[in-house]
Amino acid sequence: MKTYVPLTREDRQARRNAGIDRPSWIVYGCLAAVLLGSAFPIWWSFLIASHDSTILARNSFPMIPGGNFWSNAREVMDSVPFWRAVGNSILVSTSVSLSVVFFSTLAGYAFAKLRFRGSGPLLVFVIATMAIPTQLGVVPLFQVMAQLGWTGQLHAVIVPGLVKAFGVFWMTQYIRSALPDELIEAAQVDGCSQFRTFWSIAVPAALPAMWMLGLFTFVATWTDFFWPFIVLGAGNPTLPVALQQLQAAHFVNYSLVLTGACLATIPLLALFFVAGRQLVSGIMQGAVKQ
Amino acid sequence: MKARGRPLPPQRPATPPTLRQRLTAANRRCTPYLYISPFFLLFLITGLFPLLFTGWVAVHRWDLIMGQGEFVGLDNFRRVLGSPDFWKSTRNTFSIFLLSSVPQVILAITIAALLNFNLRGRTFWRMGVLLPYVVAPVAVVLIFSNLFADRFGVINSLLDLVGIAPVRWHSEVLPSHLAIATMVNFRWTGYNTLIFLAAMQAIPRDLYEAAAVDGANRVRQFFSVTVPMLRPTIIFVVITSTIGGLQIFDEPRLYDQYGRGGADGQWRTLTIHLYELGWTQSDFGRASAVAVLLFLLIVAIGLVNFTITRRIATAGGHR
Repeated sequence: MKTYVPLTREDRQARRNAGIDRPSWIVYGCLAAVLLGSAFPIWWSFLIASHDSTILARNSFPMIPGGNFWSNAREVMDSVPFWRAVGNSILVSTSVSLSVVFFSTLAGYAFAKLRFRGSGPLLVFVIATMAIPTQLGVVPLFQVMAQLGWTGQLHAVIVPGLVKAFGVFWMTQYIRSALPDELIEAAQVDGCSQFRTFWSIAVPAALPAMWMLGLFTFVATWTDFFWPFIVLGAGNPTLPVALQQLQAAHFVNYSLVLTGACLATIPLLALFFVAGRQLVSGIMQGAVKQ
Repeated sequence: MKARGRPLPPQRPATPPTLRQRLTAANRRCTPYLYISPFFLLFLITGLFPLLFTGWVAVHRWDLIMGQGEFVGLDNFRRVLGSPDFWKSTRNTFSIFLLSSVPQVILAITIAALLNFNLRGRTFWRMGVLLPYVVAPVAVVLIFSNLFADRFGVINSLLDLVGIAPVRWHSEVLPSHLAIATMVNFRWTGYNTLIFLAAMQAIPRDLYEAAAVDGANRVRQFFSVTVPMLRPTIIFVVITSTIGGLQIFDEPRLYDQYGRGGADGQWRTLTIHLYELGWTQSDFGRASAVAVLLFLLIVAIGLVNFTITRRIATAGGHR
């Protein structure tokens, strides 16, 4: 996979030769401050989570982690359906990501490489829908789910997320530049069916963009709160909904609440350390292509 | 390339197309529509229809449990607009939105400019600014609600160190808005920084060289080359943050344990107001009226944003 490199090696060499050298320590100092600002709250939540609930009332701030994290974690798991919430979050985020990637790639391939009447205006329509705050249709959407008997069930969260305009747009952009027309023509001459052409020519060429789309969809679905909160309810929550229950029940017990926050963040932190580089280049590519 | 699997069919140029050929042609014509149809179907059912139907619900008496009642015209809108709760929520929504979007764009451009230096360990710094993005808003608000606690909060203790009296971050209007805006900024500044950084790297180098020849120093170059060239990106970031920012729900909902936006509604936003009307008071009619009003507001602000950002960004320099 090619990571996003905005300047070629020669460019950067030229830049260095032109005297634009390594910046002074002030730049590093400012960046270190920014880094501290982004890491400190997360570290803080772990500090509080690893002490007992009286730590803050004693008016002394902890500097090192205490030994109560696991007992706090056990208490969190007893007071909300924690493992169920983890299972639900994994199920919802994985199925939404897979589906978004599949349908967006399919549609992106059609928009980028197949010629059909109305493709231009239809693509403009797809892009325009990104600017429409469709979440404001919650009232009727809730009624539809209630009619179907889906309230409290995971399909109510999964189905509306199955394909997203951003995904279609993103895949269209990528496939347009990454897949040469000759390859498709050759496949058709060879007698590949339409779907076969898509599956064995377009998909392999689009894989890097598909991974990134899946990654972003996963993070967005994992952290989503408003709609799951409305439609799922207390019995069958995703992680953010379970956190809300935990907080509503134990607001003053900060150690417990922040243990919940830590536990919900750890999976995504792990994902970040594995795939953070991809997230960075995904955002930067999307910005250049928009 | 794969070897040809079967021989081509014999050519019959003069005869009309067979049924099989016509089927293949029809298939070829329909396939693209088939491929793009999942998006359009889903958008119609879960996006467009609910949005339009909100307008229909808004002009009826409509209960969460009992369902549709009689047609009441603009009565729901009259009741919503006549209640001080709505106006307070509107004020709070705007205040929080301004406190989160304006500093965020400025901060993001500044940090992007720092990252745009020829740094050692580029990837490390870039990943560092993105770290907060993987923390769910719900977890962010739990953490910051603690940091901004009125009693025993870290922020108040730090203020105490420099001799500032403790701020009541939860019970007062503006401080609570500041705290909530900080949470939004915490999660999104890094994300937008990377967008700006990408845009900065796409600016042609000769523009800077030309500016340097004209005697412009680093700071001058930043304001008369970088900022104007970022114009489309600024518009993009501002518009996306408007759509999300005016619908803010997670942070104010979890800023205290009751979730109603404060004892006096001091940080209640429009989306919380919508939720309270619909799911606590089971009045879907009025909840939908709020949704329609918020929709119009977002569209209006989007247009205003577009004009303002355009003007600000062009004022800095000409291209």
